[in-house]
Amino acid sequence: MSDITKQSLSELVENIKGKKLSSSEVTKAFVERSEKSKELNAYITEDYANALNKAKTFDEKPNLDLKLPGIPMAVKDLFCTKDLRTTAGSKILNNFVPTYESTVTQNIWNEGAILMGKLNCDEFAMGSSNETSFFGNVQNPIDKNLVPGGSSGGSSSAVAAQLTPITIGTDTGGSIRQPASFTGTVGLKPTYGSCSRYGIVAFASSLDQAGPMAQNVKDCALLQEVISTYDEKDSTSINFKRNEYSKELTKDIKGKKIGIPKEYRVDGMPKEIEDLWKKGIEYAKDCGAEIIDISLPHTNYALPTYYIVAPAEASSNLARYDGVKYGFRAEGENLIDMYEKTRSEGFGAEVQRRIMIGTYVLSSGYYDAYYLKAQKVRKLIKNDFDDAYKKVDAILTPSTPSSAFKIGEKTNDPVSMYLNDIFTVPVNLAGLPGISIPAGHDAKGYPLGLQIIGKAFDEQNILNIAYAMEDKINFKNNITDWWIK
Amino acid sequence: MSKNKSEYLINRHDNQYEVVIGLEVHAQVTSESKLFSTSSTKFGAEPNTQVSLVDAAFPGMLPVINEYCVKQAIKTGIGLKAKINKRSVFDRKNYFYADLPQGYQISQFKDPIVGEGKVILDMPDGQKEVGIERLHLEQDAGKSIHDLDPKNTFVDLNRSGVALMEIVSKPDLRSPDEVNAYIKKLRSIMRYLGTCDGNMQEGSLRADVNVSVRKKGSKEFGTRCEIKNVNSIKFMQMAIEYEANRQVDLIEDGQTIDQETRLFDTKKNETRSMRSKEDAHDYRYFPDPDLLPLEVSDDFIENLKSEIPELPDEKKKRFIEKFKLSPYEANILVSDIETSNYFENVIKKSDVKLASNWIIGELFAALNEKNLEITESPISAGNLSKLINLIKDGTISGKIAKTVFEQMMEGDKDPQKIVEEKGLKQESDPKALEALIDKVIDDNRDKATEYKSGKVKLFGFFVGQVMKVSGGKANPQLVNEILKKKL
Repeated sequence: MSDITKQSLSELVENIKGKKLSSSEVTKAFVERSEKSKELNAYITEDYANALNKAKTFDEKPNLDLKLPGIPMAVKDLFCTKDLRTTAGSKILNNFVPTYESTVTQNIWNEGAILMGKLNCDEFAMGSSNETSFFGNVQNPIDKNLVPGGSSGGSSSAVAAQLTPITIGTDTGGSIRQPASFTGTVGLKPTYGSCSRYGIVAFASSLDQAGPMAQNVKDCALLQEVISTYDEKDSTSINFKRNEYSKELTKDIKGKKIGIPKEYRVDGMPKEIEDLWKKGIEYAKDCGAEIIDISLPHTNYALPTYYIVAPAEASSNLARYDGVKYGFRAEGENLIDMYEKTRSEGFGAEVQRRIMIGTYVLSSGYYDAYYLKAQKVRKLIKNDFDDAYKKVDAILTPSTPSSAFKIGEKTNDPVSMYLNDIFTVPVNLAGLPGISIPAGHDAKGYPLGLQIIGKAFDEQNILNIAYAMEDKINFKNNITDWWIK
Repeated sequence: MSKNKSEYLINRHDNQYEVVIGLEVHAQVTSESKLFSTSSTKFGAEPNTQVSLVDAAFPGMLPVINEYCVKQAIKTGIGLKAKINKRSVFDRKNYFYADLPQGYQISQFKDPIVGEGKVILDMPDGQKEVGIERLHLEQDAGKSIHDLDPKNTFVDLNRSGVALMEIVSKPDLRSPDEVNAYIKKLRSIMRYLGTCDGNMQEGSLRADVNVSVRKKGSKEFGTRCEIKNVNSIKFMQMAIEYEANRQVDLIEDGQTIDQETRLFDTKKNETRSMRSKEDAHDYRYFPDPDLLPLEVSDDFIENLKSEIPELPDEKKKRFIEKFKLSPYEANILVSDIETSNYFENVIKKSDVKLASNWIIGELFAALNEKNLEITESPISAGNLSKLINLIKDGTISGKIAKTVFEQMMEGDKDPQKIVEEKGLKQESDPKALEALIDKVIDDNRDKATEYKSGKVKLFGFFVGQVMKVSGGKANPQLVNEILKKKL
């Protein structure tokens, strides 16, 4: 069968279950395409030989009752994978091989999927362009020298370029939805507590969530139902009734109330984004949804709040990378000297910047003015959403304030880079689910995404809205395989 | 408590100084596994054999609270008559050290699990109440070993993540003796509760000691110094004595005291500055986002209350009221749960007053001599009980009982058997005693005559002679009666 890699996850699953394709054929196809796509730099660590062996083993005794039977998959290099190097995009973990598996990836392997390798990302998931990775830039398959978004840039690039049928990323302030938006793919950030954080290299514990990144909403729903499990090993995991999202997926969203928050009309928002949003509202209406204007009055404070809370937690979470136990160690004259050299050489500039911001806002004398105040504002932002959800079932916004930018364009302007997260961070601060779906192109032909934000634990609802709108939007990614010689 | 004769004051020239002491006791929670991981807490294992991925802070590892440790902390709070906080928060205390794998210690800062409570001390001149400020749960760090290699420091993470209760007293202590009594009482309460074994040699109980001095009568507190991590009562007392005198000397010399952290050098018997207030760490405490606030229900607390055993203060009261023991005796018998258990086992079947006398007197002396704990006593409670009954029913005299006791100390022998085997049974047959007494009078005719002529003091001589001839077995009461008649 030709064009295996052009098939969606759902098609591949159907073809393997129908014995039209073997796992080996599928795995070989994706491995070959990945090998031809090194220029994208989507992978940090390849595990192709093992993947092909596992596919062969699967085919010898295929269990076709599984949800991801023999499906090859590369995952973001923030997930610890047993016996396979896990770097978090950092020099400091360059040589780190976990002896354990993250719960999310274990759930995936339990359903029959096969690990192909680890995908590039911003260092410790800190970045919006994948440019902070110790392992170099990732190319957006949409166009040469275009960033794929971040921090799950390797993941978005790999899915868009069809190096993997589907993947998982992590989203602390938009790290799934923004790269999905930049690459014309679908990315879901689940409710905080939906997917276990066990075995995921931590960035900001109260914000981090793993989620699926896919070519379409149906695939996304299928992977979400695989990865979302209650996990006693994560004290913030929540035990709620999880749907079989893909089975309960419906395009019937008639009468759903969708809110349009006026505060998301930010100053200087490009007209293209404004137009996309308007188009999205029309699509939603076409699907039978009712559009309601709402207010999320504290939206303006979300970004500053996020850039206090996330670095504060990160400064503490990253203290364990000290050269003592594992990972990179620089030699030093004494303990303090070793710490300083290890962390100066082991962490990149953006990570160091955030550790310093985080250390500062937690310092005695500054704690109340920054961290404590940010926690209070965070509560106000959550209250805004709670109030809005008394009137609406979901909220529709643009995913990002612009399309993908050029590599290097914003590297010397961290604030401009941070502004990229303006529509996504409130969702993390409130712990809500949000999905980005491709909804159009800008003048340059680069994809643009719309974000649908749901109530906590209401992934099914936003998946349904996304599914219905996807059908109306009928988005097509223009990928020319320019990197394949 | 106001003036009393045991007041501890430091005299310099014409000034008298009072010492103010507050303690932060670190008590290891008795628990099979650590506070946030399932690793064993067993003492004395090979280095780094009781370390989980969580304890070593591997990437992506998350803490999960050990419910048993929470219960232990609440029980301890109940034992300290303290307020139990239904909502408490775990914070991160951030600092870098080689034996702190996470780069932070999970502790409780603003919202501890236990609030204010109290401990009653029995001092020679009466009772004294010491306030408890708070009790919170926290992780222990690992151990850095600096003396195994000239160039390297070794790290043992077996202790990393072990649950500790930090029990903070109010600055209510006024002397090294009170500190001694306080630590012993705290230890006793926790051992009754089974929440901390109080083993200071194994580091299960350590304290940071806050010391300040002020002129007698002053209401203001002086500037305090904190002496870190002292691990025996004796060292605490020595450190306080040294530190208080150092501070008094500074004041008398017209100098001020710097608030600082000091270390006690046990070899030189002095405290030394470790870091000043200015150099103090900024721990950047903030709520641990990996853990939700800890919430416990009223039912949860009530259930734990129902599991609380009778504690030393209550037991003492009962011993005094029910058994008519003196406060002194009661204090000794309840001071340690093992002792009180032993005592209560002995009195199940024997006389309370005799049991109290024998345990506090003979048994403690004998154990002391052999350097044994009561739990290691060669004489079981059951056999001591039997011995007491042999005395009570007149089978043996108190004097013979001591001989039997000595033999019991050699191994837990049944006193009944010893008495039978060695023929130590008391002679209470009047006829046999009469024969004995006749012989003694016969052998000491001259003395008998003297007695009759009024030298009554000689009666004791005759009793002694009879006892001697009987090998100590003659029933002393009967000997008295018969002698009186015969003489």
